Amino acid sequence: MKRLFTILLLAFSLALTAKYPDPASILRAIDANTRFTSLKSTTRMVIKSRRASRTVSSINYSKGDNSFFSEYTSPPRDKGTKMLKLGGNLWIYNPGTDRIVQISGNMLNQSVMGSDLSYEDFMEENSLLQDYNAVIEGEATYDKREVWNIMLTAKRKGLSYPKKRIYVDKERLLPLYEQWFSSSGKLLKTVRSDQVSRIGNRWYPKHVVFKDELKEGSGTDYYVDSIAFDLKIPDAIFSKGSLKK
Amino acid sequence: MLSFLIKGVFRDRHRYLFPLLIVSSGVLIMVFMLALINGYMDSFIRQNAGFDTGHLKVVTAAYSRLLSQKPYDLGLLDIQDELATWKAAYPQLDWVERIHFGALLDVPDNLGQTREQGEVVAFGIDLLSSGRERKLMHLDQALVSGRIPSQSSEILLTDSAFRRLALKLGDPVTLIGSDVFGSMTFRQFRVTGSVRFGVEALDRGAVIVDLADARGMLDMEGGAGEILAFFRNGSYDQKAAEQIRDDFNRRFGDMETASSGGTQTGKSAIWEEETASSGGTQTGKSAIQSESSAIRDEYAPVMLAMSDQNNMGYMLGMMQYLLAIFSLVFIFILGIVLWNSGLMNGIRRYGEIGVRLAIGESKTQIYRSLLIEAGAIGFAGSVLGILLGLLLSAYFNLKGMDVSVFSRNSSLLSEDIIYTSVSLKTALSALIPGMLSTLLGAALAGMAVFKRQTSQLFKELET
Repeated sequence: MKRLFTILLLAFSLALTAKYPDPASILRAIDANTRFTSLKSTTRMVIKSRRASRTVSSINYSKGDNSFFSEYTSPPRDKGTKMLKLGGNLWIYNPGTDRIVQISGNMLNQSVMGSDLSYEDFMEENSLLQDYNAVIEGEATYDKREVWNIMLTAKRKGLSYPKKRIYVDKERLLPLYEQWFSSSGKLLKTVRSDQVSRIGNRWYPKHVVFKDELKEGSGTDYYVDSIAFDLKIPDAIFSKGSLKK
Repeated sequence: MLSFLIKGVFRDRHRYLFPLLIVSSGVLIMVFMLALINGYMDSFIRQNAGFDTGHLKVVTAAYSRLLSQKPYDLGLLDIQDELATWKAAYPQLDWVERIHFGALLDVPDNLGQTREQGEVVAFGIDLLSSGRERKLMHLDQALVSGRIPSQSSEILLTDSAFRRLALKLGDPVTLIGSDVFGSMTFRQFRVTGSVRFGVEALDRGAVIVDLADARGMLDMEGGAGEILAFFRNGSYDQKAAEQIRDDFNRRFGDMETASSGGTQTGKSAIWEEETASSGGTQTGKSAIQSESSAIRDEYAPVMLAMSDQNNMGYMLGMMQYLLAIFSLVFIFILGIVLWNSGLMNGIRRYGEIGVRLAIGESKTQIYRSLLIEAGAIGFAGSVLGILLGLLLSAYFNLKGMDVSVFSRNSSLLSEDIIYTSVSLKTALSALIPGMLSTLLGAALAGMAVFKRQTSQLFKELET
């Protein structure tokens, strides 16, 4: 009787496990959607602060996880400001003062152009598979899409968000809603993605709402106006020399 | 009779010397301590008013809720017309506009690359159009090297920041911060000098730039984080300040002060948020209306008295309380000492009092004469103590007393050198405890008179 009970229990747990796919395979698929060898995009950030709402446009280039270059094209006050990430370093060029300033230490926690994103968010590397262990905690419906509810915990120390809960579209394998937590479990940011479209062989959101849960305001809308993956981008763009050009 | 008694006291050295010394030393200490405490209070008020609170301060309602964080992004925008109205409404006040903001100070090397960086607190004050801020912030006295900025894009640093960042006069530096709408903002300055305020909380790392530069950097044209008002006579009058505050908030509290765009956005943001959460139902709407009337315009001006800020009301109240306690303790201790002195005197004058009782003087008359004598000694001792106390206080009023050892780890704004505050009021306030303590001592010691038995007098006098 005892043996039968054990077998049944084992079978039941196996059935439960079998109900969910391998979480690592989901992370791999997400990475395939969101990671790239190179990228060029034009984006708009609509930043809604307590006082006003404003739109910051930029043209961006990325190569892998480590190289990122961005030039702000509007509003006039921000036009010509450039940002360069190379590995663990971040520089900002300000045309008004013609200075290149390295952003480090506490400044990395500061908001980018008053948005709900911090410089540290830009410094994060992109691979969920490399950085997090995943556990599927259930299924749900989000924005009329069937999603996996997955809890991620950091594999290594030093990540800005040691825990994340992501709701991943079952079909397109792209997170539609994310909650980013501190190690103590405090909710720091939420990310909502929509307007998901097919670009080449990947699914990619054209609109993302970032919300810093520690500050007032209704979040930052991030619109991707144009995007192209896996282009040839000259290495010279990802150099300090390009900041002053 | 009175002059007879007083002559009797002052012709007998044994009767007056010891009590006189006790009272005069006590009163001396009290006058000095009162002058020191008042000096500290004056310094505390002056320092806090000049550097931070003003005698009164105008900020937005939203700013006032986060006052200690000095959220300049919630400051007053395009405020010049309103400020002119307020100046006309309260001619007894002087007004100054300020912006406080946190920033990163970046020092470039010869190639323009970052050599050093440090976080600083920046003060945007009017350095160029009038000398008022120089005076309020004691900039001329605080100057350690160089000069005060005399044109746009010049900057003063506290001496510790100046040294820590290994700067030289004339070096270029860049302030990096966020403008009022959150954009990253840069501004280049040239170092003209370094200052030391003698206030540890400020000296750790602050920079001072002209208000116009701060406005340009933070995109706050015509605006200010806070507007400070000072009584023209220079001294803080709490009652008058509170009256002006109440009047201002009644008259101008709901005025549309912020730039119309900002105000409108703020208001509509609240409405949209509330409407969304209410789901548009009738119940929701009435909830919105009552909530809205409570919130009103979060960028409307709010006036605060000094006592409303930084726990200053509590601190000032505590100081008054401390003075009262100090006076009571003084009376009690001195009373005990003089009681003892009176008892000793009673023993010495045992025979004299016996004779006076024997020849028919009543105990009450004797007791009263002892009190009159004590009053005379108390008065003389107090006057002497007051004079000596005033002399000592006057010395420290000129030379000052270094109390930096107590403020080294303090975040309170207090001067490192305290100057005693000498005033006739302070001196006279020590006269009453001086007299009271002497009378208390004599009253307690003189009770022994009532214990003398007339029937025993001759027997006592025989011995």
